[in-house]
Amino acid sequence: MGLFSFGNMILRSLFNKPATLMYPVIPRVYDEKTRGHIDINIEACIFCGICSKKCPTHAILVERKQKEWAIARMQCIQCNCCVEACPVKCLSMANTYTTPSTEKVTDTFAQAPAAAKPAATVEAAPATAVVEPTV
Amino acid sequence: MYENSIIGIEPADLMKEAQKLKDEGYRIVQICANKVNGFELSYSFDKEHDMKTLRLNIAEEDEVMSISNIFFPAFLYENEMKDLFGIKITNLVLDFNGNLYKLAQKTPWNPQN
Amino acid sequence: MGKRTIIPFGPQHPVLPEPIHLDLVMEDEVVVEAIPSIGFIHRGLEKLVEIKEFTEYVYVAERICGICSFMHGMGYCQSVEHGMELTIPRRAEYLRTIWAELSRIHSHLLWLGLLADGFGFESLFMHSWRLREKILDIFEATTGGRVIFSVCKIGGVRRDVTNETLQSIVKTLADMEAEVKELTDVFINDYTVKSRTVGVGVMTKQEAHDLGAVGPMGRASGLVQDMRLLGYAAYNDLDFAPIVETAGDSYARTVVRIREIFQSIDLIRQAVAKIPDGEVAVAFKDVPKTECFERLEQPRGEVIYYTKGIGTKFLERVRVRTPTFANIPPLLHCLKGCDLADVPILILTIDPCISCTER
Repeated sequence: MGLFSFGNMILRSLFNKPATLMYPVIPRVYDEKTRGHIDINIEACIFCGICSKKCPTHAILVERKQKEWAIARMQCIQCNCCVEACPVKCLSMANTYTTPSTEKVTDTFAQAPAAAKPAATVEAAPATAVVEPTV
Repeated sequence: MYENSIIGIEPADLMKEAQKLKDEGYRIVQICANKVNGFELSYSFDKEHDMKTLRLNIAEEDEVMSISNIFFPAFLYENEMKDLFGIKITNLVLDFNGNLYKLAQKTPWNPQN
Repeated sequence: MGKRTIIPFGPQHPVLPEPIHLDLVMEDEVVVEAIPSIGFIHRGLEKLVEIKEFTEYVYVAERICGICSFMHGMGYCQSVEHGMELTIPRRAEYLRTIWAELSRIHSHLLWLGLLADGFGFESLFMHSWRLREKILDIFEATTGGRVIFSVCKIGGVRRDVTNETLQSIVKTLADMEAEVKELTDVFINDYTVKSRTVGVGVMTKQEAHDLGAVGPMGRASGLVQDMRLLGYAAYNDLDFAPIVETAGDSYARTVVRIREIFQSIDLIRQAVAKIPDGEVAVAFKDVPKTECFERLEQPRGEVIYYTKGIGTKFLERVRVRTPTFANIPPLLHCLKGCDLADVPILILTIDPCISCTER
């Protein structure tokens, strides 16, 4: 007749541990490939602006003169286009999500101003200016 | 292999061709409008995975007869075309008079807008 | 002859997953006619094609719907690729097929849960969605996202999946199969489920054909139509037959979807056994210049993608005809003559995905 066909599953779920996680008390373990948010290694950035052009939602703003790179966290759709397009590979996708908040968050990263160029050596080596950003 | 063809017809032949396809056992699949030289309408029909599309070109002010008397499901697609493009379609079986979608601006995809 | 009243159903209703409005013309407690009113989620996504380049429009196409999201992206990419006559690597086609079949399994499990919730069987709803979580974990492990994957692009797919991961997917599905069988046996055999679905909303084969029913709705009435037979992606290498029932009522539609879950598990097994090695994407330089009609089989039925390019990087027109749009006339027909208490079940048996319908 099929009156108690669900009985087995119900009995098992009485004795198994719950399928849900007591989030946020117990934090969630994210997979390593989860697309959470974009991280940048600002020291390596050359401010070419390719990531900003490729972004489909215009979430990235690159200021070349002030050496600033800003991302509107709530506008980003974690599509990974900027990571793939960056020529120096300074962008990466981290696997935790942006914290929800009540206002739109923009994160700005600035590269510290460059150190003074080292003086040309006496051996007349070609004077390549090495710009070393201070940590 | 299955067929997928586009056939151009005159606007006056639409009802005749639609009735012929109905008698052969085709079902209506979709109706699409595109704004290029007035409007370009595409009516797609399918029978056992072979798809035929009838294509006709009309000017913006022209009236088109509805095929919802032959194919009942066509009324939804034709109401959508009326709402979004402002194409004049007459003799609809169930006419929403431009109220199918709740839009802020009437006929937003019409070339005049 | 009873008195006629009009009862508005929706757009806010506890049983509806998405807003749709129906005006039900009732005589006592029997529905005589139903007049639909849609348009609560119209976002005008087809118009965005004028400002988004054709490579960026994939992200918009994916977000037309949350449940059938992968197949929308895949349909758009296939349509543009056929218009540009671009052949993508075979491995990419197999990967797309595997993700598409996983999408189908998760969509049907979601629907089973909603149907159970529709007649108040909450614990069955919870168990269906608990099993669905395992599929979402597979998605997260391979694509990085649970609902919106962003893994299709024009020219192939963006991520590769190692063969060990594919084997572990097959193993997870095999472990899950026994539990899914137990769950679906409840839908097929339980007395309460049967009393709510057998004989409700009967549609004969001729009516289904005239009204243009697609997907499981049409196949449950005896129509043999399944767009996977067209042989797109990797389906021409895989061996399957469309699942058809003849009863035409809500019980038959439930059985069709349940059998499709098991068919999808088998298709994934076949695809993983046959997947070739190689690249997963191909680079291209030109822009779409012609139009193309492309048909796919989404979990809910037949979807048509029409894209037209004119030689610039912006397409001229994208038109999506989703299966729920085609299933609304059969719904209106089934509602005639049913009781008021059966209306939520009938709306759920067409598997309404209203955000797809209105884009």
